[in-house]
Amino acid sequence: MEKILLKNIENPNSADINEYRKAGGYASLEKALGMEPQQIIEEVKKAGLRGRGGAGFPVAMKWTFASGDPKFPKYLLCNADEGEPGTFKDRPILEKNPHLLIEGMVISGHALKAEYGYIYLRGEYPEAKHILNKAIKQAYDANLLGDNILGKGIKFELAVHQGAGAYICGEETALIESLEGDKGQPRIKPPFPVNVGVFSKPTIVNNVETLSNLPYIIEAGGEAYAKIGTPDCPGPKIFCISGHVEKPGVYELPMGTMLCDIIFKHCGGIKGSKKLKAVIPGGISTPVLPADKLECSMDFVNMPKHGSMLGSGAVIVMDETVCMVKVCHRALKFFEHESCGKCTPCREGTGWLRAILERIENGKGTDGDIDLMLAVAGNMIGKTFCPLGDGAASVVQNFIKHFRPEFEDHIREKKCTVTG
Amino acid sequence: MFSETAINEIQEIRAKYPNSRAALLPALYVAQREFGWLSPEAYETVADILGVPKATVRGVATFYAMYKVKPMGRNLIQLCTNVACMILGAEKLVDFLKNRYGVEPGGISPDGRFSLVIMECIGACGTAPAMLVNDDFHENLTEENLAAILEKYK
Repeated sequence: MEKILLKNIENPNSADINEYRKAGGYASLEKALGMEPQQIIEEVKKAGLRGRGGAGFPVAMKWTFASGDPKFPKYLLCNADEGEPGTFKDRPILEKNPHLLIEGMVISGHALKAEYGYIYLRGEYPEAKHILNKAIKQAYDANLLGDNILGKGIKFELAVHQGAGAYICGEETALIESLEGDKGQPRIKPPFPVNVGVFSKPTIVNNVETLSNLPYIIEAGGEAYAKIGTPDCPGPKIFCISGHVEKPGVYELPMGTMLCDIIFKHCGGIKGSKKLKAVIPGGISTPVLPADKLECSMDFVNMPKHGSMLGSGAVIVMDETVCMVKVCHRALKFFEHESCGKCTPCREGTGWLRAILERIENGKGTDGDIDLMLAVAGNMIGKTFCPLGDGAASVVQNFIKHFRPEFEDHIREKKCTVTG
Repeated sequence: MFSETAINEIQEIRAKYPNSRAALLPALYVAQREFGWLSPEAYETVADILGVPKATVRGVATFYAMYKVKPMGRNLIQLCTNVACMILGAEKLVDFLKNRYGVEPGGISPDGRFSLVIMECIGACGTAPAMLVNDDFHENLTEENLAAILEKYK
């Protein structure tokens, strides 16, 4: 497949505006500025583009809600708070292809009549901050950002806003709170950000990868774009694979590539002569799958049918040497640390689950612990403001569902039976 | 007290937002750089410059993991131990740092050279285990190459 999102990243100067333009960059922006905003939204609709942050929400629908709100100014926020453990798919765009994102944002800004944009960048990417700031300056100097872009009378101002190490800020309303200078705690919805978002104005939050699809959609047209991937989930997808595979890394493949093919064909299979045990297919919040359940199409529609989710497309591969109790415990430590503390089921539940897993791992588990964890998880799911609590609970439920004997062995033997 | 450069920098940052409050996160980064950590003096100065209540500034500063509300070593090691790094040996690296430099997670080495913070995924999972030292990424870490990498941070 022709690379769209990771095009030219092998070029050591790919982040420079001149190299980007030499490869045809910013031609889509010129084309888009000659189109009516509604025409661009139509193309995105035809493309069938879904948000790449994890939820897979249809972009044209979100855009139509925001575009229809009579309040101005409108804000376009790029979610570059890539924090879902296992995820490093946006980093190559931010560091190697920043102008693709900027071009995508200016096109989207025009479509949405949004005149102000911010890239909410996670604090853990200091290099990306430097590169983005440089790219934004180049774009201003080339009149591709500012109050009269390419002399067409269209305005779009763009700046980077750096987060400070809070996973929850990847949730769009927490991101908005954080951009406003507050603690990153999710807001209750409604009102939705498309009507009342940052600074109380209509706000569109889209992921880095989502916005980076725009130049190609404008260049090739929505219909051509929709031919990539699967009919109900079109387009290219960046998968990032880590753990026990021969060739971990980022791979741009059609949406709907089979999970087993990603691992065995593209990544060269399991490292060394070990056996595959389990895969977390879409970042740590998505349900774990055992080795015999990987014949599934990696897209937003099909993964739930196989008992998991596409999430961010962050595939963590674990071989037979990995203890599932230990992984589950580490995951819950993460959720406890990152729970924002606003709502009780998540704040308390993540801590309780972590504590039970900790004692099981330390050989102090008791017979009722597995059922106790399932009871706690059941009291969290669907009872929290945002999906963090759901994610934490479902991690526990799914590790127990697929690997219950391993938890039972730990409790009975009072030690890890996998690593000894 | 802030240097004049820092005050100008905060004013420049302020211009990117429709109100002063929104400049709080970036201003805290400037303060952290100036003072080495967010001491009460540091965040009170930020509160005065931006006209935001001190209690609010403190609340925000303590919410986010990357703002340091206690003194730090000369170099900050931010080592990831989340799942992708853990299954490739990150915990051994924590032990190595403890044994070699006497630095515990959340602590400072006795000579003040290193602070160690355990991170929740730094987006380098394909080249795990990984860490940030100050602003530099270091990936594919082993007990063998870790000491050599840290050699240049004095």
